[in-house]
Amino acid sequence: MGEKLLFKGNEAIAEAAIRAGCRYYFGYPITPQNAIPEYMSRRMPEIGGVFLQAESEIAAINMVFGAGGSGVRAMTTTSSPGISLMQEGISYLAGAEIPCVIVNVMRGGPGLGGIQPAQSDYFQATKGGGHGDYSCIVLGPSTLQELAEFVFLAFELADKYRNPVIILTDGVMGQMMEPVEFLPEVDISKLPQKKWATTGAKNRKKIILKSLFLDPEKLEKHNIHLQEKFKRMQDEIRWEEISSEDCELLLVAYGTAARVSKKAITVAKEIGLSFGIFRPLTLYPFPYTQLKEVVKKGKVKKILVVEMNMGQMIEDVKLAIEGLVPVEFYGRTGGVMPVVDEIIEKAKKMLKEVV
Amino acid sequence: MEEIKKGKEIKTLEDVVTHYCPGCGHGIVHRLVADAIDELQIRERTIGIAPIGCSVLIYNYLNVDFQEVPHGRAPAAATAIKRAQPDKIVFTYQGDGDLASIGTAEIVHAANRGENITVIFINNAVYGMTGGQMAPTTVLDQKTTTSPYGRNSNIAGFPLRVCELLSSLDGVAYLERVSVSSPKNVVKAKRAIKHAFDVQLAGKGFSLVEVLSQCPMGWHMKPVDSVKWVDEVMSKTFHLKKFKDI
Repeated sequence: MGEKLLFKGNEAIAEAAIRAGCRYYFGYPITPQNAIPEYMSRRMPEIGGVFLQAESEIAAINMVFGAGGSGVRAMTTTSSPGISLMQEGISYLAGAEIPCVIVNVMRGGPGLGGIQPAQSDYFQATKGGGHGDYSCIVLGPSTLQELAEFVFLAFELADKYRNPVIILTDGVMGQMMEPVEFLPEVDISKLPQKKWATTGAKNRKKIILKSLFLDPEKLEKHNIHLQEKFKRMQDEIRWEEISSEDCELLLVAYGTAARVSKKAITVAKEIGLSFGIFRPLTLYPFPYTQLKEVVKKGKVKKILVVEMNMGQMIEDVKLAIEGLVPVEFYGRTGGVMPVVDEIIEKAKKMLKEVV
Repeated sequence: MEEIKKGKEIKTLEDVVTHYCPGCGHGIVHRLVADAIDELQIRERTIGIAPIGCSVLIYNYLNVDFQEVPHGRAPAAATAIKRAQPDKIVFTYQGDGDLASIGTAEIVHAANRGENITVIFINNAVYGMTGGQMAPTTVLDQKTTTSPYGRNSNIAGFPLRVCELLSSLDGVAYLERVSVSSPKNVVKAKRAIKHAFDVQLAGKGFSLVEVLSQCPMGWHMKPVDSVKWVDEVMSKTFHLKKFKDI
C-alpha cells in the first residue's frame, strides 16, 4: 500500500482504475459522476491511455465492447438513467463473454428522477437488467477505501470470469472526500494474455466474439455454460458482520445505507438496544447462505433492511432468511437520506412487538 | 487457438455456402471485401464488426477476426477497436436498417470524429432479414410490408441519403456510392472498396462506401428485374458518385 491521499469518491474511482491497468475509458456526462470523465480526460493522455467522450451512453458501452474485445482493460461510468441506456450493451457483453467494468453512481429514479443520491438500481444491477439469462458481478462498497479497492477487484474479476462487473455506488460516495490508500499499481505487461481477444487472425484461426446462436440447441448449451460460470462466481461472495450473532436486531444494508446503519449501532448501544449489522459487499452473488447462518446461529429476533429506495434488497434478504425471523424495511428515497433517529425509532417499535 | 500450418496461403473468402437468397447482392460485396483484403495483404491484421441484419453471419464467410455488436452500434465498437489496436485494419459491414436507422448517431459521430476506420454500407432499400419492411432508404412509392401503399413522404418522410449527409463532416476522408448491378458497376465497386481500405492504411481518416445492393426477395422481384430496378429506380434517388476523397 502507498501513502494515504485525500480523495473525492468519483476521482478515486478514476485514479484506482488507472492504477488497476485501465487505459481505455469511454463515458458520457451525467450527474453525479461527471468528475470521473473529467479526471480521465486529464489523466489518460498523460499515461498514453485513451479517454473518449462518447456521443451517448449507448455508444460508450459499445466502445467498451470493442476495447474489451480487443483484450484491454476498459471501463465506463455513468449514473442511473445512463445505465438504462447501457443495458442492451451489457447484455451483449455478458453474452459474448467480454470483460469490462461499469460504475453506476446511482441517483434517484424512475425516469429522469433526480440528481441526489439513491440506491434505486439494485434490482436492475443484480437481476440482469438487460434481456436474456445473465448476471453481472455487483460490488457495493461503503467507504472510499473500499471503493478504490473494489475498482481493482472489479477488473480482476471481470478478467477472471470474462464477464461485466458493476460497481454500485451512489452520489454520496461519488461526491464525498475520504483518505484513500491505493493498492499497488498493476503492471499491464504482466497481466495474463487474453487469447480469446480479436487481435487479428495471424498464425491462428479467426476469432469471433458474438452472442448469436441461431440453433436453439447451441444457444441452450451456451446459456448452460454461462450459468455454470455464474455458479462459480459464488466463490467471490464477500460480506461484513458486526455484532451480528449477539444482537437482537440485525440491520442489513450496503453502501451509504450501511454507513448510516453502522452509526445506528453505536447510538443503539448507548440507549441499551442490541443492534448488529450484516453488510453484503457482493450484491451479486448475494450472500444468501451466509446471512441465513448468522440468523440460525445467533440471537437475532428481527431483521431491519435499510436502503435508499422503496425496498429492493429486502427481497434477497427474505429469500436468504426463508421466514426464520420477521424482516422489515426502512428506506428513504428520491435523494432523501436515511437517518439514525428514524432507524432507532423503527427498531424500538420492532423490538417492542417481540416482547 | 489452433495453429495453422504454414506455407499455405489463406484466402479471406471462406469456401462455404452462404445463407443468402438467390440474386442477393451481399455475396458479391463479401467477395469484393475479401478480394480487397487479400490484395492489400491485410487479412492477418483485419478486424471486422458484423451488423444485425441479413449480413450478421458475415463472420462465417470471411476469414478474419470479427466482433458482433448490437444493432447499429458497429461504428462505436470499431472506434474503440481501432483506438486500442491502431496497427490493425478495422471495418464495419452494415445494412441500411443498422446504419441509417437505429445507428444514425453512431455513424455520424464516428465519421465526425474522423475515426480511421472503413465502413461498408449496404443499401438495399429494405429490411431484408425481418421480412421486407420499410427501411430509412426505401424510395418514395416503394411498396414494402410496412408501406403497403408505397412509401408516402407525408407519413414516412423521405429516403435518407447517407453519403450526402456525411459529406459535410470534416472528419470524413473518403465517401463513394457504388452499385453491384452489372459487371461494370461491380468493377467500380471493387475499386472503391479497395480504395477505402487504402485510405485507412494511409491513416487519412474515416472512409465509407455505400453499395446499392439488390434484394430480390425483399422486393418481390426476379434477380434480373432487381438489378434493373437498381439502375432504373434506386440510382435515381441515390446517385452513384464519389462524394469525397481527400
